[in-house]
This record gives sequence, C-alpha cells and structure tokens, in this order.
Amino acid sequence: MKTATERTLVQPRISYDVHKIRNDFPIFREPVNGKSLTYLDNAATTQKPQAVINALTRFYTRECANIHRGVHYLSERATESYETSRSKVRRFINAASLQEIVFVRGTTEAINLVAQTYGRTHVNAGDEILITAMEHHSNIVPWQLICEERGARLRVVPITPEGEMILEQYERLLGPRTRLVAVTYVSNALGTINPVHEIVRLAHERKVPVLVDGAQAVPHMHVDVQRLDCDFFAFSGHKMYGPTGIGVLYGKERLLDAMPPYQGGGDMISSVTFEKTLYNKLPYKFEAGTPNVSGGIGLGAAVDYLESIGLENISSHEQDLMTYGTEALRTLDELRIIGTAKVKASVLSFVLEGIHPHDIGTILDKDGIAIRTGHHCAQPVMDFFKIPATARASLGLYNTREDIDALVGGLGKVKEVFR
Amino acid sequence: MADLRDLYQEVILDHHKKPRNFHKIEQANRQADGYNPLCGDKLSVYMKIENGVIRDIGFIGAGCAISTASASMMTESLKGKTEAEAKVIFERFHQLVTNHSEPQLDPASMGKLAVFSGVREYPVRVKCATLAWHTMRAAMEGLQETVATE
Repeated sequence: MKTATERTLVQPRISYDVHKIRNDFPIFREPVNGKSLTYLDNAATTQKPQAVINALTRFYTRECANIHRGVHYLSERATESYETSRSKVRRFINAASLQEIVFVRGTTEAINLVAQTYGRTHVNAGDEILITAMEHHSNIVPWQLICEERGARLRVVPITPEGEMILEQYERLLGPRTRLVAVTYVSNALGTINPVHEIVRLAHERKVPVLVDGAQAVPHMHVDVQRLDCDFFAFSGHKMYGPTGIGVLYGKERLLDAMPPYQGGGDMISSVTFEKTLYNKLPYKFEAGTPNVSGGIGLGAAVDYLESIGLENISSHEQDLMTYGTEALRTLDELRIIGTAKVKASVLSFVLEGIHPHDIGTILDKDGIAIRTGHHCAQPVMDFFKIPATARASLGLYNTREDIDALVGGLGKVKEVFR
Repeated sequence: MADLRDLYQEVILDHHKKPRNFHKIEQANRQADGYNPLCGDKLSVYMKIENGVIRDIGFIGAGCAISTASASMMTESLKGKTEAEAKVIFERFHQLVTNHSEPQLDPASMGKLAVFSGVREYPVRVKCATLAWHTMRAAMEGLQETVATE
C-alpha cells in the first residue's frame, strides 16, 4: 500500500484516456433500466471512483475509531488519515495554512456557518449583503435569514439574458453599507463562470469580504484561493467524486480567528467549566462533535484521484465536450439553450418548445440517460428566464462524445413521443 | 419494465396538446391554486357549485404532459357530478395512480381516467398526475392556501 506522501506525488496522466477513466467507476458496469448508464447529472452529484470507495471501506475495515481523542492505535491512525485529508485539501485549493480548512457537511453548511458567525457579528440594521441573480438557494436563504434577523437588506446583482452577471451593476451596488459579497463561482443552473478574481478585487477596494460558492467549480477547474484572494470559499465533496456529507469551508485565518464558534460541543473546546469555556484553536473551533471521519478520508482520496488525472486535463476534456454538446443540441429544432455565457463550465441547460422538462427526463431515463429536470434549486433564475424549469445535462470527467450522442438521440425520441 | 406508451398514451398526449376546459370561470364560487415545487408546475382550478352539484369546472396553468392531461380529463369527468361523487372519484383516482391499491381497483371502472394507470410505474410522476385533483379538492373545501405536493 502506498503511503499518503507517495500518493500525492502521482504524476498527471499524459494523455486523456476517458475509457480508462470510466473503468475507475464501478457504477458504469451497472445496467440502468436494462441499458448502459449515460450519466449527465454531475452538477447534482458525481459518481465515485473505486479509489474513493476503497478509502471508505479501508477506514471501516481497518482503522475505524474516533479521532482527536483516543490514545489507542486505531484512534491515532484514524486521526492521521483524517488530518492527512485536511492537508490534501489545503494543497488542492492552495490555502495558506491548515487552520484555514474547516470540514463541514457540505457547501450549504459552510455558507450557513459564515452567515451565522461572521454575519451575526458584522451585519447590523441598515447594512447590506450582496449576492447575484444566479445563486443557488443555498447562497440566498442563509443570507435572507441573517438579513431578517439583523434588519439588513439583501441586494441582488442582475444578470443578462445570456446568464452573465452585469459587472457595472455589481460595482454600482457595492456600497458603503455592503458588509459581504456572496457569489457563485460557477452557476449550477446556467454553467456561467463568474469573473471571481475581478469581483473580489472590486469588493476589496471597498474593504468588503467575499464568499465564493465553489461547489460547481472544484470538480471542473483548478482553484487557487490565494490567487483569487477570496475571503471564504465553500465546496462539497460529493460534487468532486468524493463522498456525500463532507465539505469544506476555507476562510482566511484572520477572519476565522475573529469569528465566534458556529456550534458548541466536544472537540471545539480547549477547556470547559460551568463558569467559562475556552474554545479550541482553528480549525477545530468550528468542528463541534464527532465529524464525518470516513467522509473526510474519502474526500482526501477524491483529491488524490483528481490530481492523478490533473485538473487542467479535466478542464480541457470537459470544455471540448461542452463545445461538442452545445453544437449538437443546436442542431435540434425547437430547442433553446438556457445560459449562453461566453465562459461556461459543465452545464447544458435547455428547454424544448411545448415539452415540459419533466417529460423529457422520464423519457430519457427509459434509455438509461440521467439528467436533471426542474428548477435546480435556483427558482429566481427560472423566474428571470420566465420558465418553470429546464432540462439540464451536466458533464463530468468520465463523459464522452457518445454520451452527448445518446442525449441527442434520446431527445429525438422525446420529440417522437410528443409529435 | 413498463413501456413508455403506457405512460404517454395517445389520449394523454391529446389532452396535453388540447387541454379541455382550459379557462377561468368568471362565475366560479370555488377556486384554489396548486403548485408542485419539484418541477415548477402551477395551476388554478375554478369551480361553480350549485346545490352541491359541479355545474362548471375549468383550470389554467402550466405543467408537464401528465399534469396537464390529468387536469383536463379531471374537468371532463367531474362536470355535472355532485360534490360527494367528486370526492369518491378523487379517492379512486388516487388509488389508481399509486401502487398500494392495485388489487382493490379495476381500472376499467374508471372509464377514460384508466389511461393514468401507467403512472403507477413512475413513482416520481404520481405528484404530476394528482396535482390538479388535490387542487380541486382544496377548491371544493374552500381552502385558501396554495396546495403544494411537496
């Protein structure tokens, strides 16, 4: 068995062999509705490579114990595996220190954590929190809750009909009362990649911190939080080929340090008396209770897996597929792509004239083609485009041109049924 | 595995393309809104009830083929029925499209509505088929809140 250090030194593959990559994912050997699986719902969750499944199995088979407590062999081993994952994640997003990597349940919890701690201590009556019109509900509702509680106001940067955020409006809305900007890196409903670098620069000119929802970014592109200079960065393990129930909040140490704890309990304290409790140091101050140990370890394996392929290679493979898919979908009459930003990742959202996305989803499913239909937890985006829902195909590192062809063929069948 | 045509029967596709009673009813004395947050389907049901008899019923809204056809065929099957009869048909329709009741109900006894028996094989689509019906029942009972299927 390789040691953790050896695993991190695996060199990226020289050529992108998508069929070899597919073999890493046992799910593709499972028939779906009697057909082979065409999985195009990666923005909802990604499938898991054998390496991640093995990491979970190994933990429960060989090193299961609670962490940060026991003096016994298994506890030390589990703690080491869990903390090794933290350092893998630190390197993965190039955070400055391990103290800045807080393990949480997922992106949603990460955003709620910031809203409930940073928000509660920095947002007051009359203040403003600035988001965009393309946010996922998880980057809207936590801010609404804190705005309601503090008497603050949620401001929304509008988007263009192509699904791009209007930067001039953003600059205009960045005001003296803005206390935080919360923006998605990649829109889950439209695929738009936001100019986060520029967004952060403009906010910092006015001394406003920025939280980036990176859930749809980390599986598709190389992320460097120090280069972005964002103050908080949230993402989920399960959208980057890791387990469900584990995610990461990155925060600049200076900010995390000044924030009050999110939840109270074990592990987040350094000493407790009934009179006074001292909190643990970072990042443990924000990790109350027994964490998702196996999930954290699985996430580390997912990072290893992504790095063994190379994020640049994944990006270029997926961009190639996106171009191919966009062109293929455009050949279909009565199909309209929703979200046509110049810079996009992974997502092909569309509507078919006269056919509800839900019907599209059911008919495609018969052929083993998995897409998402609905509002994608972004109802304001649907309202903006005046549609109740879209059908969404979202690409991952294992998708092929054959998958796109299957989708286009399936859509032909949909039109056949509704002719 | 059920064939697609068991779900998307010609009658259903026809009612989807040309929904019947697809309009507001100006003299309606009952009205309710239904919403399926999962797929964004929204519809409103209007009823004119006199002496316990459904004199007129119509609907407006937007939804998938299953929910539109179900609403359309519901209006056809309920016009002229008493409120008590409507409640019975509601219960029977509900049984028809959910799995649990198969042995007790003969689809043939449902008349035209029997075309929805294929929905049973698609658990996630049951809410599409029943949205209009739940909304109709809320209208009959004079409920003000939007009916949500989630």
